[in-house]
Amino acid sequence: MITKDEVQKVAHLARLELSEAEVELFTEQLNQVLEAAEKLQQLDTTDVEPTAYAVPMQNVFREDIPEPSMPRDEVLANAPDPKDGYFRVPKIMD
Amino acid sequence: MSLYQYTAHELRDMLRRKEVSAAEITDSVLERIDSLDSVIKAYVTVTAEVAKSMAKAVDAQLAQGSDLPELAGIPMGLKDNLNTKGIRTTCSSKMLENYISPYDSTVYEKLIKSMSPLLGKLNMDEFAMGSSTENSAFFNTANPWDLERVPGGSSGGSAAAVAADEAIFTLGSDTGGSIRQPAAFCGVVGLKPTYGRVSRYGLVAFASSLDQIGPITKDVTDAALVLTAIAGHDPMDSTSVNKEVPDYTKFLKEDVKGLKIGLPKEYFVEGIDPEVKTKVMETVQKLEEAGAEVKEISLPHTDAALATYYIIAPAEASSNLARYDGVRYGYRSETAPDVLTMYKKTRSEGFGPEVKRRIMLGTYALSSGYYDAYYLKAQKVRTLIVQDFQKAFEEVDVIVSSTTPTPAFKMGDKIDDPMSMYLSDMFTLPANMAAIPAISVPCGYTEAGLPVGFQIMGPAFGEGTILHVAYAVEKLTGARERRPKLPEKGGAACE
Amino acid sequence: MSKYETIIGLEVHAELRTKSKLFCDCSTTFGAEPNTQVCPICLGLPGVLPVLNKQAVEYAIEAALALNCEIQPYNKFDRKNYFYPDLPKAYQISQYDLPLARNGYVTIHVDGKTKKIGITRIHLEEEAGKSVHSGDNILGSEYSLEDYNRTGIPLIEIVSEPDMRSPAEAYAYLTTLKNILQYTGVSDCKMEEGSLRCDANISIRPVGSDKFGTKVELKNLNSFRAVQKALEYEEKRQAKLLDRGEKVIQETRHWDESTGRTHSMRSKEEANDYRYFPEPDLVPVVISTEWIEKVRERLPELPEAKWQRFVHEYGLPEYDTELIISNRDMAEFFEATVKLHNDPKTVSNWVMGELTRLLKESGQAITESKVTPEVLARVIKLVDKGTISNTAAKTVLEESFKTGKDPDDIVKEKGLAQISDTAELEKVVAEVIAANPQSVEDFRNGKDRAIGFLVGQVMKATKGRANPKLVNELLRKKLQ
Repeated sequence: MITKDEVQKVAHLARLELSEAEVELFTEQLNQVLEAAEKLQQLDTTDVEPTAYAVPMQNVFREDIPEPSMPRDEVLANAPDPKDGYFRVPKIMD
Repeated sequence: MSLYQYTAHELRDMLRRKEVSAAEITDSVLERIDSLDSVIKAYVTVTAEVAKSMAKAVDAQLAQGSDLPELAGIPMGLKDNLNTKGIRTTCSSKMLENYISPYDSTVYEKLIKSMSPLLGKLNMDEFAMGSSTENSAFFNTANPWDLERVPGGSSGGSAAAVAADEAIFTLGSDTGGSIRQPAAFCGVVGLKPTYGRVSRYGLVAFASSLDQIGPITKDVTDAALVLTAIAGHDPMDSTSVNKEVPDYTKFLKEDVKGLKIGLPKEYFVEGIDPEVKTKVMETVQKLEEAGAEVKEISLPHTDAALATYYIIAPAEASSNLARYDGVRYGYRSETAPDVLTMYKKTRSEGFGPEVKRRIMLGTYALSSGYYDAYYLKAQKVRTLIVQDFQKAFEEVDVIVSSTTPTPAFKMGDKIDDPMSMYLSDMFTLPANMAAIPAISVPCGYTEAGLPVGFQIMGPAFGEGTILHVAYAVEKLTGARERRPKLPEKGGAACE
Repeated sequence: MSKYETIIGLEVHAELRTKSKLFCDCSTTFGAEPNTQVCPICLGLPGVLPVLNKQAVEYAIEAALALNCEIQPYNKFDRKNYFYPDLPKAYQISQYDLPLARNGYVTIHVDGKTKKIGITRIHLEEEAGKSVHSGDNILGSEYSLEDYNRTGIPLIEIVSEPDMRSPAEAYAYLTTLKNILQYTGVSDCKMEEGSLRCDANISIRPVGSDKFGTKVELKNLNSFRAVQKALEYEEKRQAKLLDRGEKVIQETRHWDESTGRTHSMRSKEEANDYRYFPEPDLVPVVISTEWIEKVRERLPELPEAKWQRFVHEYGLPEYDTELIISNRDMAEFFEATVKLHNDPKTVSNWVMGELTRLLKESGQAITESKVTPEVLARVIKLVDKGTISNTAAKTVLEESFKTGKDPDDIVKEKGLAQISDTAELEKVVAEVIAANPQSVEDFRNGKDRAIGFLVGQVMKATKGRANPKLVNELLRKKLQ
């Protein structure tokens, strides 16, 4: 069971700000999904390798050849707050 | 019959016979969008000029008598999570409402090379999360068969556009059924290729180990045609497989004699709509009568697939969607005094409820203390699901089922109940977990006139085989013959 | 400090010297205008995917072999999730539970003692970008500016065992590590450009205790000297706390170069939860034995092997050895010279002395110098044969350094050849004796030092060209 407190902590980890109502709702809904996930615990997965990759491939590389980058006006074209060729952000507290 | 009503292969032949020009085809579809999309609402962005200029180029080349690619002059639409340079790519999210991509996705590059005119970008569930397109931050898309019903999702715009003849074909993306489920709801063909068959470069990621791009088309021949054009190895996608692409249209034939078809008993259980079940079983019978060998099989971990999916997909999504932080692009909440507040406000205001729900779920499943119990466990169960299919494909050539447990449901019916919404993916998501190809093809209609989708799953890189069976289903059922009743030209909504 | 034992472990980040970034083909050149070496991939735009740079993997293998590590055959990448404005994807692609290499060591030499410092692990990961703060420091800034040029440059993180027992050992470990990385050429290790960075963990415990004390992590260590000074400060600070019966708090402390102190970084932030999971956009990297051997063949002779050879084969003092092997080019120059003139100590004196001075003054690297091993060997030979004096030799070397002229030509042109003609020198000696009766008397009265003055007079009269050894002999003969 995930508690409202945990939901708040997870929201902070995910950088989401939840209203009291959202906390309530998510606590309930996450518990529904997690309850279903509890069923997985009943499956015996001893000696079962996890599937982390959808297809069995290995050693895919590119060669170390630099190519021209993007023009800077394109780089900054979508920036909410560009300044002097940089992306500006408000005060960093930590 | 208007030009927009034809299939891609029909139009291709007409173009080559010079019965029509590419400009006429594109104009016809653009007019169709113009007259109908205020009702269907499939498009987020219409790119009429882009489409027209490509059509012009096709006609010029045609006039010169040079060879044309198969899809030349066949206008199409793209799900709005496929990057298109200089054109908005919104993922139907407030977060990217004004985002203009500086680069093209590989599939769009391939379609440009194929000279297929881009009509526009199609509505979807926000960041591809959902099964009804009701999670679009912009508007709902209507099901052309019943405007009060959902078109399915998340590629709802892509499926509705094809069903309403607002595009000759479209591309969607499928993470747990997002191509096949809306294709089934809208009575069109939707194919999810083997993971790695089509490059994901430029597809805005939802769950990286499950996402695949695929075609949504009017018939099976078109699906084969489009898949042939978009498949293939891409050095920009490390997970794209370096395997030759056959001409998939070569697999299409009606004869199914000797083909072994598996019927998984776990897919015909309670909860499946009786009408849907009947239509699917009738289709199976027709295949059997046509000479296929039908055999009951077991995929024992089917029951666990849904829970497994709803751990793995949100976990990957929580990481993939972390980049939307208001720093480099997209929505930013303006008033925050510091970065932490800016992040939280930006993401809380920019994302809708379903996206937040999945980010929360995924963050939790990966967090310290829960990783082993949820994420790692889910990955192990995923292995069991993969093994189920591997075993099954030792016995049969394809596995068939209904694509969805029910036909299209009404707007608003499930939006407040995530769990029941999630259940509409229960037959489609195992193919994503197993990374295998699967196709949905219409096989009939309910009493109420809603289409029923028939799903065919094949072994990895068995696209040719599932297209073959789908082609037979299309011919045997004749389901393609029936089209939604929509006004042919201009005027009011529908009959 | 005798009451306590200091335990130090270091985490070093070294940028690899690839031409393009780890997962995209943007250039890695240092010092470009902000945000001019970025593309959709390193900017983390929606929909992009990484593709691994093979050269980065090879460099990482090479570094791992040079640090005596075992290479792991099965490698994967993981996402390390955290939010920070300099991290475009909000995750760093790194390696978590299966690092590329483990169980290595570095041999250091401190105060005549040799010691092995264990390497726990080496893994490959990508760089973050750079935040430029509007004020003097991060907290006093109204805003920050993000530059992503550095984002995605390949890094190796080298984590040591807590094997160092003093700040001096930590310093020696760092210089040795840097030297090894530079020998292999996998990193240029420029701390001033940030291509080499170091964090330190330090704890103390009562001598004889086998339990580790509470460790403190030190950050903002911008030079090897800063590492040593910060550790020295920190071991005293911790000792004072324990002496007073207080506890050391586990925390991260910031080194302030200007005050020479460490101070606590605000620790209100939640414990990090990076939510590592395997990166699904990349496939595993399997490193075969053949691949490892191919890379091993490319390895140059490493500093420690050179160290052993220089001390044992050439009989060089450890001091000379440390200095010469601290630069691979210098060590190679030295060896080439010794091959031409087999007198290692004399060659080492010239290399460490005059040649190093000339290089420093001109700002040249030894590989750019006009003085080649051939030139230096020739100059030393001229001294050896008595053709020129040591003093003249310095002039010859300097001239050759500037002009690139042949030493023999310089000797001829400048008339620097020594006078070793006894008859000619006897004449001058006689003149000097006659002109300096006082010194002659002093010498005869047992003041041996007086002979030095007389030799000097002869040298002066011959403009330094007289063979001083011969002059000495002649004077003594005459005055006895």
